[in-house]
Amino acid sequence: MKYQIRLSGDEIRLMQEVKARSGVDLAKCYQCGECTAGCPMTPEMDAGPTKTLRLIQLGMEEALFDLNTPWLCASCETCTARCPNDIDIALVMDVVRQMARLKGKKIPVKEPRIFQDVFLKSVENNGRLFEPGMIAFYNLRSGDLFHDVGLGPKMLLKGKLPLLPHTSKNREKLREIFRKAEALEKEAGKKASEEAHDESGH
Amino acid sequence: MSKIGVFVCHCGENISRTVDCARVAKASGQIRGVAVAKDYKYMCSDPGQALIKNAIKEHKLDGVVVSACSPHMHEKTFRKAVTEAGLNQFLCEMANIREHCSWVHEKEEPTTRKAIELVRLMVEKVKRNMALEPIRVDVTKRALVIGGGVAGIQAALDIADGGHEVILVEKDPSVGGHMAQLSETFPTLDCSQCILTPKMVDVGSHPNIKLYTYSEVEKIEGFVGNFKVTIKKKARSVDIDKCTGCGECQLKCPSKKIPSEFDRGLKNRTAIYIPFPQAVPARPVIDREHCIYFTKGKCKACQKVCPTEAVDFEQTDEYVEEEVGGIVVATGFDLYTTDKQGPYPDYKGYGEYGYGEDPDIIDGLQFERLASASGPTGGAIQRPSDGKEPKSVVFLQCIGSRHPSKGIEFCSKICCMYTAKHTMLYKHKVHHGTAYVFYMDIRAPGKGYDEFVRRAIEEDGAVYLRGRVSRIYRSGDHLIVKGADTLSGAAVEIEADMVVLATAVMPQPGIEGLFQKLGISYDQYKFASEAHPKLRPVECATAGIFLAGACQGPKDIPESVAQASAAASKALILFSRDQMLREPVVAKVNENTCIACWYCVEICPFTAISKKDIRDRQGNLIKRVAEVNPSLCTGCGTCAATCFSNSIDLDGFTDEQIYSEINSLMAVGQDLFPEPEKAEGDSPDEKAA
Repeated sequence: MKYQIRLSGDEIRLMQEVKARSGVDLAKCYQCGECTAGCPMTPEMDAGPTKTLRLIQLGMEEALFDLNTPWLCASCETCTARCPNDIDIALVMDVVRQMARLKGKKIPVKEPRIFQDVFLKSVENNGRLFEPGMIAFYNLRSGDLFHDVGLGPKMLLKGKLPLLPHTSKNREKLREIFRKAEALEKEAGKKASEEAHDESGH
Repeated sequence: MSKIGVFVCHCGENISRTVDCARVAKASGQIRGVAVAKDYKYMCSDPGQALIKNAIKEHKLDGVVVSACSPHMHEKTFRKAVTEAGLNQFLCEMANIREHCSWVHEKEEPTTRKAIELVRLMVEKVKRNMALEPIRVDVTKRALVIGGGVAGIQAALDIADGGHEVILVEKDPSVGGHMAQLSETFPTLDCSQCILTPKMVDVGSHPNIKLYTYSEVEKIEGFVGNFKVTIKKKARSVDIDKCTGCGECQLKCPSKKIPSEFDRGLKNRTAIYIPFPQAVPARPVIDREHCIYFTKGKCKACQKVCPTEAVDFEQTDEYVEEEVGGIVVATGFDLYTTDKQGPYPDYKGYGEYGYGEDPDIIDGLQFERLASASGPTGGAIQRPSDGKEPKSVVFLQCIGSRHPSKGIEFCSKICCMYTAKHTMLYKHKVHHGTAYVFYMDIRAPGKGYDEFVRRAIEEDGAVYLRGRVSRIYRSGDHLIVKGADTLSGAAVEIEADMVVLATAVMPQPGIEGLFQKLGISYDQYKFASEAHPKLRPVECATAGIFLAGACQGPKDIPESVAQASAAASKALILFSRDQMLREPVVAKVNENTCIACWYCVEICPFTAISKKDIRDRQGNLIKRVAEVNPSLCTGCGTCAATCFSNSIDLDGFTDEQIYSEINSLMAVGQDLFPEPEKAEGDSPDEKAA
C-alpha cells in the first residue's frame, strides 16, 4: 500500500479546516462514489473525487496534496449536482487548490497553475482578458510553443483574436483590487505557514 | 373398478422444465383404473382446483392423485378442494414429481419416466385408500414458555393476558436475559432497564403465570395440545417463600471473588447472590460450585445471619410435572468468544487478537455493562486493566460473523447497530475521546436505523474505517490495532486504550440437547429451524411448538418482541378450540389375530398401546389383546413393524397399500411408457429399456 497512517484523534483537523473554509461538512460523505461516476475528468485523475474526500476525512494531508485531482477538476459541478448528500464537492476542490497554494505545497501538475497565473496577469495588466497575449505567455511559460497554433488562423478570421488589447476604463481600480488581494494572500499564507509550524511543533 | 383422477401440475416451469407433463398425463390416463388424467400450469390455483372439483363431479371419481409438489407444501390445499367436491379428503394423495423428480434431475427421457412411475405408485395406493375421519383430541389450554429473556417474557405476558395459564421456565436465577444487561437501546437510546424491568415485575406477579426460575426442562412427552413436561427445579439452597430478599447473606458471604455472570466478569460476586438488584424474583441462590460450605464442609455464614432462616443447605433438585398444550421456545443467544477454549469448541478463536486474553480487549456485552448505570463502574467508561478513562476506543465489527475461516458464515445482524450505539455512549461520556470503528459493510435496515448510524458518524464524530483488523498487540500502556481502510487505500495503525469486539451472536451453548428433547430441528449453528422461512416463520415443523427471539437466529429487541407476540398468538389460536383435529394415521389392531405377545406395548415410544380384556356377556375373560389409544398414537409405525402376527396396520399406510405400490413398479407386460408424441431421436438408454 502506498499510504500508511497512524490515527491519533488529530485527523479530524483537516476536515474541520475544509469546513471552516467552505462551509461543507465532509462527515456527511458516505463514499457512495456517485461524484466519481459522473466526473468527466476521472480518466486523467490519480484518484476520483470520492477518494479525494476520503483522504480529507482521514486527515491524510500529504496524500491529498499529492493528487492531481483538484488541479484537473474542470469545475463543471456534475459532482455537486449528483451528490446524494448535497455536498458541494466542486467547492471543496476549489478550497483544496487554495489550501495547496496558501500552504506553499508543490503542485503536482504545472499547466493549470501556469494558466491561472497568465490569465490573472492579463486581467491585471489590461483590466480585462487579452486572449492573444495570454496565449502567447501561456505557450512560452509552458514551453509548448506551438500549442493549439492550428486554431489561430480560424479564430483570426472570425475576429476572435484582436491584435491589440481593449483596455478597460477602470484598469487602475482593478489593479488596486489585485494589489489588495495579493496582500491578503500573503498574510493568509504567512498565517498558514505559522499554523503548520505550530502543529509540527506539538 | 376404481375411478381415479390424475392431475399433473406444471408448477409454472418448476416441473415442466425437465418433465414432459402432457406425456405424464397421457401415460397416467392409460393406467388401469384411471378415469381421467389432465395437466395444468398451476394446479394449486383457483382454476386448477376447479379443474379437479369438476372432474370429481363429472366422472364420479372415487380417488384423486395430484402429481405436483411435496405433500408438505400443498396436501392440505388439495384435500380441502376434494372435500369441497364431496370426496373424503383421505382419498386424495400427492405424487411428488417436483422435489423428488424435476428439481433433482436433468431434462432427459428417464426424468419423465420417473414422473410417470411416481404417479403409478400413487394410483395403486389410492385404489386401496379408505375414507377416514380426522381424530378429535382435547386441547390443554396452558402454555409452556422456555426462556425468560425479553422474548419469553413478552410471549408469556401475551398468552397470560389472553386468559390462559403460562408456565415460564428460566435456567438462571432471574428472568431478564441479555436485555437486562444492556445499558441503552438503539435507535432511541432509551434505557434498557427502564423498559424491561416493569415487564419482569409483571411476569413475576401475573396471576396466570407460574414462574420457575433456576429451572430447566428435563423431559417432554406427548404432542400438540397434550404435552407432558417434566421441569427440574435446581436446588436454590434458599427457601424463596421464607426469604425476604434483604441481602444480609450476600454481605456476610466470605467467598467474594467469583466473576459475576451478569457483569460478564467485570465485577465479582459472592457465592450466595442475587444476580442483580432488579432481579425477579429478588431472591438469592447459592452457587454450590463456589460455596465454601459445599466445597470444604464448613462456613454457613449466610445461614447464621439470615433473619428468616431461609437458607437451606439440604435442599435438593426437585422435579415437577406440568401439562401444557403449546410450547414457546425462547432460549435466546450468547456471544461467540475469541478465546482459545471457549464455550463453542467447534469454532476457532482469534489468535491474532491474543485470544481475548488482554483485559482491555472486551466484547460488546462487557461494554454494555461498562456503560450501564447499574454496571461495575456505575456507568463511567473505564478500561478494565487500570480503570483509566480510555482516550481512544477501537470497535471491531464482524468478529466471528461473516468469517468462514473461523467457521461462521452468517451476519449477526445487530452488531452494526449496537456498535454505532457504543460509539455514541462513549462520546457522550468521554467528549475528547475518539471512537474508531472497523467495519466491512454497515447493515442498518430498520426504522430509524440508518439515520442512527449516520448520526454517530456526522454528529458524534465516530471515525468509520472500512476494513478488517489483522492484528492487535500490546505496546506498553496501549494496544496497537493494525487494520486497513480500503476507501483511502491506506494501512491504518491506531494506538488504542481499549478495544471492543462485536462478536457473533450464537445460540446458547449446548442448546441442541433441549431441541432434541423437543423434537425440533436446528441448523448447522444450532439455531432452531422454523417450519417455513417465509410463510411460517414462528412455527416449528413439530406441531404445537413455536419460536421466539434469537434462538432462531440473530435478532434485535423489536424483532424478538414482535416474534414473541406472533408466537403467543399462534398459541392462543391453538387454545381457541376445545378440540383439535389430528390426521387419522394411527395404528389399528386386528383383534382376531392378535396373539397378546405385548411386544407392541413395550416398544411403543408414546405409550399409546395398552392391554385390553375381551369378555363374553357373562363377564368371563375370553382373551386379551393390544389396544391403541388413537389420541396418543402418532402413526410412527414401530408397532406395525414389530408385530409378530401381522395384526397391526397403519390407517392410510396399510401393508396392502405399500405392497401394491412396490408391485406396480415390477409390473410387466404393460405398455408402461407410451412413446412421446414426437420422436426426439433414440437414445441408447431408451433402447436398453
